Amino acid sequence: MPAATEQEILTGLSEIVEETVGIPAAEVTPEKSFVDDLDIDSLSMVEIAVAAQDKFGVEIPDDELRNLKTVQDVINYVQGLAGASKA
Amino acid sequence: MTAADPAAPLRLPDPVPGARILAFGDYQPAKVVTNDDLATTMDTSDEWIRTRVGIVERRIAEEETVTDMAVHAGGKALAAAGLPPEQIDLVIVATCSGETTIPNNAATVAHRLGIRAPGAFDLNAACAGFCYALAAADAAIRTGTARNALVIGAEKMSQWVDWSDRSTAIIFADGAGAAVVTGAQRPGIGPVVWGSAGDQADKIRVKDRRSFIVQEGQAVFRWATTAIAPVAAEACARAGISPQELAAFVPHQANLRIVESIARRLKATNAVVADDIVHSGNTSAASIPLALARMIERGQVPSGAPALLVGFGAGLTYAAQVIQIP
Repeated sequence: MPAATEQEILTGLSEIVEETVGIPAAEVTPEKSFVDDLDIDSLSMVEIAVAAQDKFGVEIPDDELRNLKTVQDVINYVQGLAGASKA
Repeated sequence: MTAADPAAPLRLPDPVPGARILAFGDYQPAKVVTNDDLATTMDTSDEWIRTRVGIVERRIAEEETVTDMAVHAGGKALAAAGLPPEQIDLVIVATCSGETTIPNNAATVAHRLGIRAPGAFDLNAACAGFCYALAAADAAIRTGTARNALVIGAEKMSQWVDWSDRSTAIIFADGAGAAVVTGAQRPGIGPVVWGSAGDQADKIRVKDRRSFIVQEGQAVFRWATTAIAPVAAEACARAGISPQELAAFVPHQANLRIVESIARRLKATNAVVADDIVHSGNTSAASIPLALARMIERGQVPSGAPALLVGFGAGLTYAAQVIQIP
């Protein structure tokens, strides 16, 4: 399976955010900060991380989760790991 | 004189087919602490607490000890069961906050209730304690070791709380719940599914007797929302029923968001889901019997119908079983 493109990850992530906390997917754009812009708390971030694991097949442990501040951070993390596991 | 026979088998009576719960009882301390009360002493708010953990108010024991609360809940359960204390021959107190380790709480509780010389022990599986204790009582009755058991979850978690730490002070509370268990031709307590994850022992801990409780909220939340639903589903399968057949789902009242997440994953679509945490807080081993006793008292759940109990907490430990509502 080819690694997901940046756009595919963004789309998948926005869907997860909408399902988890009810924020419309269209509002989930790369520059947004989960805490400051989208008002998502630490427990919801865990739910999003678990759903993202299921969707993208990459593990996002709590220690890593702390460093993922923006939507772009998650995209980079998923792409980096997906690329790494492929290689 | 009979000669010793090295090949003599144990000649045991036939096992009892099953056990069932006759009645529940509960006790809550009088003192109510609201979120607004907490907001006067720490950096938090009613809205913050409600959205994070779903708690509106909790009960905190001022004068009452763990044994006091256990005696109140146990006495109420005995009265509801219509069983005189002398009929009880096993008392288990599930607690991780008893006022003493020596002596144990169970023997004192039994004595104060007028129960004469029962087997009596405390059991610590933290927030999973009640389900562990219920499984132990079920096994004791099936093997004929006990005829009638009193199983109590009683906690004074407030004693472990640092009242300036908003990550724990908003969650934990005090209370007790009890169940009277007896033998039955048709089992009313299903097989327990239990286990532990000692590799995560540090996620919820009290370092020593002078320390406060520390919880890694995110890690515990992740574990509870991913690992526990499969345990719940397996307990249903072991009891031979589907989650859709459950009339009640009573998970440990850890956090309303955990409760709702597990309920969603389990797809117990016809079950009343316990949300006692809203007004009782997280009372550890007491939360399941406390919640169910209150649901029965309010007539929210039908007698005779199946309910799923799922405890999970420090250890990490977990246990689940299906019971028939008394």
